[in-house]
Amino acid sequence: MTDVVIIGGGVVGCMIARELSRFDLSVVLLEKEEDVASGTSKANSAVIHAGYDAKPGTLKAQLNIRGNALFDKICDELDVPFKRIGSLVVAVKEDDVKELEKLLEQGKANGVSPLKIISKEELFELEPNINSKACAALYAPTAGIINPFELTVALAENAAQNGVTIRFNSPVVDVKACDDGMMMVKTPHETFHSPFVINAAGLFADEISQMAGAEAYTITPRKGEYLIFDKRCSDMINMVIFPTPTKFSKGILVCPTIDGNFFIGPNSNDIEDKHDTGVTSEGIDEIIRGARRLVPGLPLENVITSFAGLRAVSNTNDFIIEASRKVKGFINVGGIQSPGLSSAPAIAEMVIEILQEEGLTLKEKNNFNSRRNRIYPFRELNDEERKKLIRHNPAYGHVICRCETVTEGEIVDAIRRPVGARSLDGIKRRTRAGLGRCQGGFCSPRVIKILSRELGISPLKVTKCGQGSEILKGRTKDFIDSDGDFNES
Amino acid sequence: MRVRELVIIGGGPAGLSAAVEAKKLGVEDVLIIDRESEPGGILKQCIHTGFGLHVFKEELTGPEYAERFIAEAQERGIEIMLDTMVIELTDDRRILAVNSRDGLVELKARAVILAMGCRERTRGAINIPGFRPSGIFTAGTAQYFINIEGYMPGKEVVILGSGDVGLIMARHLTLEGAKVKCVAEIMPYSNGLTRNIVQCLQDFNIPLLLNHTVVNIHGKKRVEGVTIAEVDLNRKPRMETARYVSCDTLLLSVGLIPENELSRMAKVQIDEVTGGPVVDQSMQTTIEGIFACGNVLHVHDVVDLVTIEARVAARGAADFLKQKKKRIRPATVPVIPGEGLRYVLPQRIDLDGALEETQNFFMRSVKPMDRGRLLIQSDRGVVMSKNLKFIRPSEMISIKVKREILQQNNCLKISLCEGSENGD
Ligand SMILES: Cc1cc2nc3c(=O)[nH]c(=O)nc-3n(C[C@H](O)[C@H](O)[C@H](O)COP(=O)(O)OP(=O)(O)OC[C@H]3O[C@@H](n4cnc5c(N)ncnc54)[C@H](O)[C@@H]3O)c2cc1C
Ligand SMILES: Cc1cc2nc3c(=O)[nH]c(=O)nc-3n(C[C@H](O)[C@H](O)[C@H](O)COP(=O)(O)OP(=O)(O)OC[C@H]3O[C@@H](n4cnc5c(N)ncnc54)[C@H](O)[C@@H]3O)c2cc1C
Repeated sequence: MTDVVIIGGGVVGCMIARELSRFDLSVVLLEKEEDVASGTSKANSAVIHAGYDAKPGTLKAQLNIRGNALFDKICDELDVPFKRIGSLVVAVKEDDVKELEKLLEQGKANGVSPLKIISKEELFELEPNINSKACAALYAPTAGIINPFELTVALAENAAQNGVTIRFNSPVVDVKACDDGMMMVKTPHETFHSPFVINAAGLFADEISQMAGAEAYTITPRKGEYLIFDKRCSDMINMVIFPTPTKFSKGILVCPTIDGNFFIGPNSNDIEDKHDTGVTSEGIDEIIRGARRLVPGLPLENVITSFAGLRAVSNTNDFIIEASRKVKGFINVGGIQSPGLSSAPAIAEMVIEILQEEGLTLKEKNNFNSRRNRIYPFRELNDEERKKLIRHNPAYGHVICRCETVTEGEIVDAIRRPVGARSLDGIKRRTRAGLGRCQGGFCSPRVIKILSRELGISPLKVTKCGQGSEILKGRTKDFIDSDGDFNES
Repeated sequence: MRVRELVIIGGGPAGLSAAVEAKKLGVEDVLIIDRESEPGGILKQCIHTGFGLHVFKEELTGPEYAERFIAEAQERGIEIMLDTMVIELTDDRRILAVNSRDGLVELKARAVILAMGCRERTRGAINIPGFRPSGIFTAGTAQYFINIEGYMPGKEVVILGSGDVGLIMARHLTLEGAKVKCVAEIMPYSNGLTRNIVQCLQDFNIPLLLNHTVVNIHGKKRVEGVTIAEVDLNRKPRMETARYVSCDTLLLSVGLIPENELSRMAKVQIDEVTGGPVVDQSMQTTIEGIFACGNVLHVHDVVDLVTIEARVAARGAADFLKQKKKRIRPATVPVIPGEGLRYVLPQRIDLDGALEETQNFFMRSVKPMDRGRLLIQSDRGVVMSKNLKFIRPSEMISIKVKREILQQNNCLKISLCEGSENGD
């Protein structure tokens, strides 16, 4: 018997799974893709916001503040790098300063502390490359940066270590309440019966809610596009830099990543197709224009890649986190747009409370292990540590990704751990192999070999991101006609 | 920390040629370090012919060309440390490398030759909109899959960019039974060698679409097609000309970038145009005792020139090692590219260093010209000129300049004007 089924393996679903794994429960997490963090949680700004953006009284405001405060402990337990580098909202014209004052008031009302407006001089001291027209900035030292897929993977691993079952390639195709007061959740291969179902399906949460016969709401995808710069340019900026916000969004930022790159983006455009994570040339122009207002001297020749993410914007424009009044045991966690990543720890707490209110008995396990260790990051170790590691396992002496200095040892670990990598993207997210300036040109053939060996599958079956994204099409000579001619068709 | 006389980073044709030459010149202790399991560099995967016409007066395949140097290196007892990645290099020539056998290898070299080759430019660097599905490869990666691993990266292929690797792959994929739909090139001329356009495209009826680029990539999991469009004079796509081409694979052949991470660590000055170190006539970089040759210095189209350049670097390193006293900052003559040229190499002449009777300069034009006139100017006016025919940016220009010219001037500018003096 299953006690709780979670639909969706984004940061929200995985955070909830990990929280539930503290208790004596049977928990199943269903994810339609072949890995966790395959949706919005892999493509966002990765900022743990301080909490001044949202209107006081909204769930967004409340959960962002609480979530932000929980990050140090979670990241310590899960060995996930997290840095409170601080954020700046920059006024580039006098009018903007009034907006900063409003934000400061809002931040105070939300409980953000410390938070202050700094002068032009202080700003240039902190960020020498900022637009010379900048006249003031709102400074929030508690804002942080994180790698959102590393966090999500760590949560999933820790949940799995503590007994949560995670099923990949398992799209939920039906959810309904049964006569016995239980719910039935169907995937193409399996059916689960459970008294509680948590809908954390991101962009598709509206469809799942409708499937279950619960409250109706709509989710509109709002695209945000990005450009990432080479690590070589990491000294351009030091903090998360926002423009003064508009009614619609926090604007296009210039922001360091926890791994030492920096990015510009996102823009903000409503679209129709929930699968459309394509980057557009208009979008790229738009973010370059926007980011130049903050940092005019962007080193555009050092862009290494582009990507887009989709915000799950609900028609209430706030998070929807509640037990259904129509379908007993069905809990919606929908409309988790920004600051959903920052709020995730607090969202999970809230969901646990709701489950209790709805009658789930929670008994703490005595063998819950809150700790999980990250893959040894060869590039960050000192020489003594490196020597020791290679002595212990020679595979750590074999460098596979030349740009990010990722070794075979790390890649094998990424595959063999709980919730291990099954694809090139899975390896990339867990180890950074392929994320550097050559974007996998050098390492992808080598990673394919390791995946094939470790998983015991043919290289032809190795994928970029799950079935349908196989990388190789055949053996050489496979496409040549049997009479020895090459194919004319 | 072990002290070695000459350490060469990279065992491709540049590193191998330099090692053999250094040994011939009397350097006793020569060590090559390469991260691959076999020496030969990129040549291992270049199974087509067209190598060695200059150096051996024979047409060899890439592996054959490499094999000649590997054999000679072995005969001469040159140590090649394989499966070993150099991860750090300092300006006082300390080297940190790593492998599974020895763990971390720390060395101090009396001289270093950089021969790390280059890497391919990727999609991100050129920002094609659309999805990021599987089925997008750089041409060299596709070549590796086919020639080294024996796997086909695709069946229906569009190639973006007409660099030599892309052209070679167009032919190779066709011979392997794949269908190459077209090669799209954003410039009004190809970046590849003329012989490759003829032998790899024309002979196989593969269309070369000049002034075209890919404006979108379709397919969420695997490439399903691309949209291509013509570009205007500013290389902006004209969307009214956009058309869809179905394919399962997009190959990128949009340029090579010298691999200079280690050089940067060692504080070697990099020429923003070549992407490689600034060197003098002995291929010495701006850091004493560190030399460079091959694709790490500037991208070569013909391997024979890599070998010739590597021999110069080896001589430079050998002379440096024999030198008894430390030299004070040498007097140098800068050599700068003027109008019509993208770059000139070497970028400076060290007047205290050895100077041959004539010095070779290598350069690339900014655009194709049927005829052009190369001018070498100093502050005293034109000191040398030469008429050239059939100039292509893809084909390196080389000229010889007399020693006296270098010695008598304190700055030289080389430029290339379209047309020729007597206008025929
Ligand atoms: C451009 C952009 C920038 C952002 N920047 C920030 C920021 O800086 N800070 C911040 O705090 N937040 C930010 N956010 C918001 C944050 O990324 C999201 O709130 C968060 O990732 C949402 O996580 P999730 O788990 O709800 O959704 P997702 O990560 O989308 O997870 C949902 C999962 O459900 C799965 N799923 C869907 N349907 C089914 C089904 N039928 N069966 C099984 N599984 C299913 C999906 O495959 C997916 O893996 C940003 C968002 C965007 C788009
Ligand atoms: C696909 C392709 C096709 C070509 N076709 C032709 C042709 O038909 N005819 C022709 O004449 N020329 C051709 N060329 C050009 C010629 O082959 C190259 O210019 C030449 O191989 C460059 O030699 P190199 O030694 O500088 O670099 P490479 O051959 O790239 O060798 C560099 C070596 O350095 C090693 N290395 C790099 N970094 C490190 C590190 N940190 N630690 C350890 N080792 C390291 C690499 O593993 C590699 O083995 C072609 C080039 C390419 C790429």
